[in-house]
Amino acid sequence: MYRYDEFDARFVRERVAQFRDQVARRLDGSLTEDEFKPLRLKNGVYLQLHAYMLRVAIPYGTLSARQLRQLALIGEKYDRGYGHFTTRTNMQFNWPRLRDVPEILDLLADVEMHCIQTSGNCIRNVTADHFAGVAADEVEDPRPTAELIRQWSSLHPEFDYLPRKFKIAVTGSAHDRAVIKAHDIGLRILRNAKGEIGYEVMVGGGLGRTPMIAKTIRAFLPKHELLAYLEAVLRVYNLEGRRDNKYKARVKILVHEIGAEKFTELVEAEYAGLDGPSIDADPQEVARIAAYFAAPAYEKLAPRSSAYETAKAENRAFATWASVNLFPHKVPGYAAATISLKNIGEAPGDVTSAQMRVLADLAEKYSFDELRITHAQNVVLPHVKQDDLFAVWQALVAADLASANAGLITDIIACPGLDYCSLATARSIPIAQALAQRFANQQRQIDIGELNIKISGCINACGHHHVGHIGILGLEKSGKESYQITLGGDATLNAAIGENLGPGLAAQDVPDAIERIVDVYLKHRKADEPFIDAVRRLGLEPFKIALQETLHAPA
Amino acid sequence: MTAAKRPPLPVILLANDLLDGEVVFWTGRGWSDRPAEALIAKDEAAAFELERAAAHALAQNKVVDAYLVDVALDAEGHAVPRHYREKIKTEGPSVRRDLGKQAGQSNLVPTGH
Repeated sequence: MYRYDEFDARFVRERVAQFRDQVARRLDGSLTEDEFKPLRLKNGVYLQLHAYMLRVAIPYGTLSARQLRQLALIGEKYDRGYGHFTTRTNMQFNWPRLRDVPEILDLLADVEMHCIQTSGNCIRNVTADHFAGVAADEVEDPRPTAELIRQWSSLHPEFDYLPRKFKIAVTGSAHDRAVIKAHDIGLRILRNAKGEIGYEVMVGGGLGRTPMIAKTIRAFLPKHELLAYLEAVLRVYNLEGRRDNKYKARVKILVHEIGAEKFTELVEAEYAGLDGPSIDADPQEVARIAAYFAAPAYEKLAPRSSAYETAKAENRAFATWASVNLFPHKVPGYAAATISLKNIGEAPGDVTSAQMRVLADLAEKYSFDELRITHAQNVVLPHVKQDDLFAVWQALVAADLASANAGLITDIIACPGLDYCSLATARSIPIAQALAQRFANQQRQIDIGELNIKISGCINACGHHHVGHIGILGLEKSGKESYQITLGGDATLNAAIGENLGPGLAAQDVPDAIERIVDVYLKHRKADEPFIDAVRRLGLEPFKIALQETLHAPA
Repeated sequence: MTAAKRPPLPVILLANDLLDGEVVFWTGRGWSDRPAEALIAKDEAAAFELERAAAHALAQNKVVDAYLVDVALDAEGHAVPRHYREKIKTEGPSVRRDLGKQAGQSNLVPTGH
């Protein structure tokens, strides 16, 4: 894992001191709310429905046990004993007091964490594949790239006041698990015909009220040219992006309005005029960062563990969890374990301080002191020996963390919605809970197979509903909560925006509607055909009819 | 806050405490974290007074995001917001009945008031 050097540490401490002073000046009236708001947002402090909210950056979703324990402590001391993992792999605390935030930031700095640029019109927390360093299809670990971008973008003087927020994601694999095509910039690490490593650069993706899939503007960018090229992209956006209307200010609108070809021309012209080598990172610095992400000291193990096979044979619940929640590791004898934060009836992504400590202990004992947070609001232990999986699972069972539903229909992404968020137009969590309860049966979930439901409580789409196989968008209609269902969204490299299935539904009708949609799939699917493939083959019509039946079902 | 945006009567004035974030209600004498203590404006003149109180409080840096909310009166005469958003705001998360005002919790540090 990356460790702060003296410059990083000083930078974060100075920033805490600066924010402490800004809070004091707000309280004594030297700063008005209008002046203070952009300052607090750039330090991750929002005002939500019931309280302030603090968003802690978890760069590329990677955490150590010590860091997670500190989050547990903050949750206990300054919050209500829990935190919430978001689709940007950050952690949000829902109940901090403004007066306590400087103290919390100091506690975070103690473990090399901060809240810088988790909000505001700047480059946000960079995300990456949560199976970085694990996946067999990986060309290169995306985290050194993400860390390089984090350092370059932190308080970058030119890009600290962009037209709107800016999100970057990196994957190093052929399979995209980081939703890169729904980002302002998506980077895919790949090799060219000569075997050299570089990036496919995609720009202009995003969700929100105008969802767009990113367009490739460079099929292959040599690896060492990354920062100068990003600078060219950001500079074009900074100059040409709209500032007159915040709803049209994201780079996706610029790319859409002038076209990907013209945007590419502008970027390439800007790039040609830059002194690339003076901007690109020093190869020694790149190597220094990469060294922090070197593979841990794996043991040489047999590809199959007899202890693991025996435990599976003797314990059906463990076998089920193993078949659903494990991801193959590139190193023989290891596995990556997804720990679901989607217990039936709980809020997706919520985790108690006690559970955080259990996860920290497990990471320390069994996973080289490393955890990953996923954009699907789960946690991953990336490097567990197969021999240890049964012990890990037993500890998870004791902590109520052993739901066997990773990637299944109850592994629902949901934003906090109107239960917490001041922007929301409807609640999200109760819908997720009702759906999880409707599909709670383990065998039925497995029968249905991979199916992503994603729920947002407003058009800003923090719950990624546009790219859910089934998306649910909560709106207000005539003073009541109303839920629109979309179908056919896809968050992978086959990225697609889901299409609206029909009129909005009342909250209590959503589970019936989803069940009818699932029934259409079960009835028409071929052999092992996944839900999303069946939707593509069948088209929307049979599902629209199913939704109509829900609307006209007798009460 | 202008009269043009004023919601239908009766109304109460709520805000978030600047220091602690807690949702607070104007009582006529100060701010309370208890919805039952909210001053209920039943006519235009009383609503206008609430608006003045909001403007004054914002200028004093005591609260943020102060605005009027239209309410119904329950059997005991207490104000209950008509809109589900404001109802959740005055109660706490509907998915965590153990948290927020509905559970008797408050983020206000008493010495601050």
